[in-house]
Formats: sequence, C-alpha cells, structure tokens
Amino acid sequence: MKVTTDSAEAVEPERYEFNEFPAYHFEIDRRDFAKLLGAGILILLVARNASAQESRNRRGGDRPAAINAWLHLGESGGVTVFTGKTEVGQNIRTLLAQAVAEELPIPFESIRLVMADTDLTPYDAGTFGSRSTPDMAPQLRRAAAATRETLLDLAAAHFDCPRSELSLTATGVVRTASGATATFADLTNGSQLTLEIPEDLALKSAPDWKISGTSVPKVDGRFFVTGRHLFTSDLTLPNLLHGKILRGPALKATLTDADTQAAESLPGVTVIRDGDFLGVTAPSVHLAERAIAAIEATWSRQTQPSNSELFALLRKDAPPRPAGPEPGEDETRHDRTYTIAYIATAPLEPRAAVAEWVEGKLTVWTGTQRPFGVRRELAETFHLPEDRVRVIVPDTGSGYGGKHTGEAAVEAARLAKNAGRPVKIVWTRSEEFTWAYFRPAGVIDITSTVRKDGRITGWAFDNFNSGRSGLRSPYDVTGQREDFHPSPAAPLRQGSYRALASAANTFARERHVDDLARSVSMDPLAFRLKNLTEQRMRAVLEAAAEAFAWGRQLADGRGAGLACGTEKGSFVATCAEVAVDRATGSVKILRTVTAFECGAVVNPEHLKNQIEGCLVMGLGGALFEEILFKDGVIGTDSFATYRVPKFRDTPPMEIILLDRKDLPSAGAGETPIIAIAPAIGNAILAATGRALDTLPMALQELQS
Amino acid sequence: MPGVTHLHVNGRTVSVDADGDRPLLSVLRDDLALTGCKYGCGQSQCGACTVLVDGSPVRSCTRKTGTVGDAEILTIEGLEREGELHPVQAAFLACDALQCGYCTPGMILGAVALLEKNPAPSDAEIINGMNGHICRCGTYQRIVAAIHEAARMLREDRA
Repeated sequence: MKVTTDSAEAVEPERYEFNEFPAYHFEIDRRDFAKLLGAGILILLVARNASAQESRNRRGGDRPAAINAWLHLGESGGVTVFTGKTEVGQNIRTLLAQAVAEELPIPFESIRLVMADTDLTPYDAGTFGSRSTPDMAPQLRRAAAATRETLLDLAAAHFDCPRSELSLTATGVVRTASGATATFADLTNGSQLTLEIPEDLALKSAPDWKISGTSVPKVDGRFFVTGRHLFTSDLTLPNLLHGKILRGPALKATLTDADTQAAESLPGVTVIRDGDFLGVTAPSVHLAERAIAAIEATWSRQTQPSNSELFALLRKDAPPRPAGPEPGEDETRHDRTYTIAYIATAPLEPRAAVAEWVEGKLTVWTGTQRPFGVRRELAETFHLPEDRVRVIVPDTGSGYGGKHTGEAAVEAARLAKNAGRPVKIVWTRSEEFTWAYFRPAGVIDITSTVRKDGRITGWAFDNFNSGRSGLRSPYDVTGQREDFHPSPAAPLRQGSYRALASAANTFARERHVDDLARSVSMDPLAFRLKNLTEQRMRAVLEAAAEAFAWGRQLADGRGAGLACGTEKGSFVATCAEVAVDRATGSVKILRTVTAFECGAVVNPEHLKNQIEGCLVMGLGGALFEEILFKDGVIGTDSFATYRVPKFRDTPPMEIILLDRKDLPSAGAGETPIIAIAPAIGNAILAATGRALDTLPMALQELQS
Repeated sequence: MPGVTHLHVNGRTVSVDADGDRPLLSVLRDDLALTGCKYGCGQSQCGACTVLVDGSPVRSCTRKTGTVGDAEILTIEGLEREGELHPVQAAFLACDALQCGYCTPGMILGAVALLEKNPAPSDAEIINGMNGHICRCGTYQRIVAAIHEAARMLREDRA
C-alpha cells in the first residue's frame, strides 16, 4: 500500500501510533459521580458533536474523539479536576494545574488532579502525539473560567448587586465597596450546581497570563525526592501474590510441552497454563522466579530474520516508484540512501501491573499512556463489558511512546483471575527489551536536484517502514514528492516512540540538505535560508545559529553542524560542535545550542527540561542505540548490551525558547528530539568530510 | 548462605526472615516496604536501586542480603531529618533535576555519598562519580547542577 502525503491525512493515521478508538465505551453514570463529589459547582466540558464526529472519522489521527473534562469546586474551596491524561514525567500534572490556577484565584495546593482512572475520568484516547498541552490545558482553563463566572453570577444574586462590584478570593467572593464576603458554601448553599459548557468558550490570551507562562515547580516533586511516590511497581494490596510469566526462547516461539511438577511443589506456588501462556503465582517474587526456573518446557521455534537482513527486508514488498527528478541545466542530481535501526524506549520503570478481581469486576493498576485503550484490551481479553474493567494509572516511570499497551496488565489479570487474589507483575529489564515494542527501523531513499545558485529544484523522498511523521520537506521545492511504504515483512514488533518517524525523516532530509549545500559550495545555514520561506522555521534556525556563533573558525578535527525541523505544530533547530579523533573513530559532542518554538510557553523551566531530555535521548539514537537480533532472539536485552546515554555522553546544552505569545501553545515533549542527530552528523561531515548516513552512525568509518 | 534475621536500616534495627542469597533490594522492597529503592535492571547497570551501606553507595539489586551483616543501611526514606529535606533532595527540586522521578532516589543517594567523599566536586568529578546512574529522561545536566547546588548548601550548613 502506498500513501501519499496530501491525501494521507484523511486515509491513514500515523501507523505506528497506537491510537485506535475502542469499539464501544460506556459513559460514567453522571448521577453516581455527582453524588461522589458533593456540594459545590461541577463543570462538565462537552465537546461539540461536529468536532467529535470529525475526529472519529479520521480514526483518531491526532485528537481524541470527545474531548471533555470535569472540574469540581467544593464548598471549602478545593478544586478537583478529572482528566484521562497520564503523568509520565512530562509534568503535565503541573501544567494542567497551572491552567486551572490561571482562571481561579485559589491556592495552587488546593487543586487536585485525578488523572487516568477509567472509572473516574472522562474518556481520553491517550497521552501521546503532544496533544495534552494544546487540547487539555485550554479545556481545563475553560472549565475553571466557567466556574469563576458561575461564582460571580451567584454572588451577584446573593448581594443583589452588579457583577462589576465583585471580586473573587481564595475562599469566596467579596463585594469590593463594602468588604462584605460570601464563602463558596454561602453561594452554593449545600447544593450541587452542575453546568455543561461548550468547549469553545473564550479565554484570556497568553500576554495576560499570570500563572501559565511561569516556572511553577513540579506539583508533587517532594514525593519523588523522598521516595514516597508509589509507582505501579511499588503498590501492594492485602493478600497480594507475585506473578511471573514463562517466556519463550525466541519471539513467536510456541509452547509445545511443559513439566511443571517441580514448580508446583514449591510452597504457595500455583502454575497456570492457558495455550501458550504459562505463568506462576507465588507469595514472593523470589519464589515466583524459582518456580519459573524449575519449569521444564519445550518450545517450537520458527526461523526468523536477523538484523543483517533487515534493510533488504524492509524494501522487499515496495511497489515500483515514479522516476525521481531529472537535473536540468546548471543542476546536479543526488541519490542517497539512509538507514534507521530499531531502537527501544527502555523506560527505567519496566512494565508493571497489579490486578484484582472483586465480584466479577477487574481493577488493574498499570503504567500506560492509554488507560482507556488498556481497558478495552482487558475487556476483550476477558470477554467483559468495559464497565466491568477499571484501569488506574499511577504517575509512571516514563513512557516516551513505549507504554501504549497493556501486556503486564493482561498477564496480571489472567493470573489474578485464577488465584482469586490480587497479583502483581513487574517485568525484568530483559523482558522489557525483548517483549515490548520498538521504534520502527527504516530505509529512506532521497533523490534530489540542486541548481548551481543553491536552489533545491527536485525532491523525491521514499520512506520504507519507519513511518510518515515528518515526511514532508519544509523546503520550497516545486513538485516535491514524499511517499511512505509500509513493510509487511518488518521482522520485529513496532510501535510508538517519541516523535515517531519524524526523527528518522528529519535525519535523512537534514543530512541530505548538507550534502546539497556542499555540492554548490554554500554555507549550510545560508543554503537552508535560501530554500525556506516558513517564517517560524527561519526564526529558530537564526536564533540557534546566532547563539552558537555559527560560522566561527574551529580547530582542526572539529566541526559544526546544524539541522532544523517541524512536527506537531512546533519548530526546532539545533547546532552542534564535535571533535573527532580519527585514530579511534570516537566523536565527542562539545556543545549544542537548540532553539525551540512551540507557540506561547506555559512553563519555561519544565519546557527546557523536556528539550534537554529530548536532546539526550536523540543523541543515543544518533550515536549508539541499536537493537540487534538474530533468529528471533533480541541480543541487546540489557543496559550492558544496549547502551543508553549517560552523564559522560551528555554535552553542554544551551536552550533558547522563542516564546510566541500570539500563537496557541503546542505540545513540546517530542519535537526537540528530531534535529540533534542530523546536527551531529553534519558536524562530523564538516570535521572529516565523511557523510554518515545511518542511525546509529557508523563511527568506525571515521577511523583513518 | 544462612538466613538473615535482622538488618540496621535508617537508624533502626529491624527483624527480617530472609534467605541470605536474596538481593538486598528484594528484602528492602518486599519485606520492609521500603519501595523508594527501585528495580531498574537487576544487573548493577542503572543505579536505580542504590542505597548506602555504611555510607558507601551499593547496588542493592545484586548485593546479597547475607553479606550486609551489621552494617548501617540508609535508604531514601531515611534521608530526611525531622521532616526537613536533605540538601541534596532540596537541590534536586530547586534545579528541576527530575522528570518521571524513577531514577531519583538512587540518584540522590549516589550524590549524597559523592558529596560525603568530595564536598566540592568539579563537573568532571560529578560526571565520573555519577556515570553509573541512568536517567532515561535525560536530566543529567540538571543533576550536575543540583549536586553543585547541594554542595554549596552543605558548605553553608557547616560554616
């Protein structure tokens, strides 16, 4: 199947973002919910039908179907917000609390967010695609603003005066002239006022923000630095059992026989076999481990490809492609191929779940970015209606796109069903590396033509397997063509990863653009600016280059490179300086400067933190991260064999935020990852004249 | 290895009934509910399980409980003093040196031990001393800044 960029938006969402809608979902009974909350003001934000319908038709390409949020102001002045978003370290809990505090003058500490609990929070497609800031934050601000307006209306009636004479305080409303006050309880008077408001209520604009736009600290940071925060893997329940799953010797192996007698003779151990699923429960983790080790199993394996065949496989089923651009007068043609290895998100908290069945209802605590998706997974697995399944997501030890699925949740639930007691499963690091999913590997072919004066005149870009995110070139080229070709023969399980394929596509494009600039003897910055009209992209490029002192003379063996890109409505440019040791082929990144623009900045410090995190993660994929596999066995299944960036790998990172208060805030946890790899590659090219066109880059080729 | 009947943890002697071969991490988390130390890899590769044993950082995921003996174990739960954050904890918050927070307890205890040995470390000394700790969120630059800040606070405390 071939999808072209122009029509794809309507046809196919990013194929590697797990984001299908559930076949059905049940609304929470609003009456039950209202009872739970008690007196005060309850605001329900309702998506307009039209936009919900539109989202549904697009099969969730970007936005959740029915964006809504609930906010409750209690009579004592506490605000409780209900949202299906999950906290995975991106600090969305803080940012959403800022949105509420922006509209309601109550103390920050009085705002409580109930997040990602499918019994309590409205449906949400998931926390991915950089949608929380642009979608959920304005929704909560609207809910908070509606609460404020309602309070003023109630107070106007209470005092029998115009609203203009009233102002809101942390505990109620004060009549400015007389100093007379009415508490929240005076205004709602023991009843619960429920209001449905539309999602397009007007809001105050960014230049008038008081709390958004400032660096509010992480709301519950103290819990994390004291070890008190309970991640899924830290949870316990009365009578909890620990579970372990017997894994096959290779991917796709099937269980043919298992002798479980020795395992079952261990104290308190139960073995559950259900087809290829074989798990144990035990009163402790070490007993569960011993039980698994005691099982004698035979497996049937099928021959599977190895990473040496990977790139040929990815191209294998591609349809014939149109001819690339032909060079005209004063033009040269450039053909290059770029390859992208499989890599892993490797979140430091591996997959974990605690499952409990009570009177036929299943409750699972698990770290996932898609609580409602995992609820559906569980409902389908156990043939239950979704209202018999509850998924609760404790703030999670990161995801980076890698935790959209419910593997551990399903396993724990299966074992708990058998045991009649709650069961906890925590994956080992090796399980996480082997049985989770990977960022898709890819092959990218670029054919381009460039004119002697530095104008790109032709552009054909074919991506095999890695994905269509960031596929389209931002440079102005008449007749440019970009195609994505899925690879049915892709050998490993693949899925979401921070910024999806735009890291791969931006790497190929920005590496290629430097080759073109060199071919016409132009400076890479000047070459880009000559071919770019997008003002937001030009702005980040110019800001990064200026702070970096682009163009200054460097010592021998050093080189500077830059790259830029856009994704999810935000723009990034990164400059990097490297030192290359030709004797050893080692590369040291000496410094980086990154300019980022994502509309109006909501929390500058947390934003910088996200950008730095993206850069660090991106340099891992640039220089050393790679999943190696052979005949169904993942060879890189530990931090000893799969190298992730560490302190010593981290260069000084200077971050420049371009705060565009005139533009809506875009999400920012993904895009800053896309420019670092090509910036490093281009710096290596500048230092050595060698173009490295693979991710990770083959640094051994630099040895002379 | 013989069973372990007691451990000294966070200034208290606690009774346990644990096989001496079990990793210290498992006993701390599963038997003593001290879940601040985390499982990250089980192979001493990431530092998430770091606790201090007689002041030295130890990867509790590979340290056999039976080898601890009468040594003093300090976990993140024992670092606060009368409700006051230790300067390293305060500095991590001040420098926003965390994102998801999963590596944070191990990272903080590693930093406490580092500053104990070297009260005024250079960037390079921090980077080399902490290199065994993985922060997958990539907050390394902030952690280095936080350790400098904590060093400054500790020096002020002493002055």
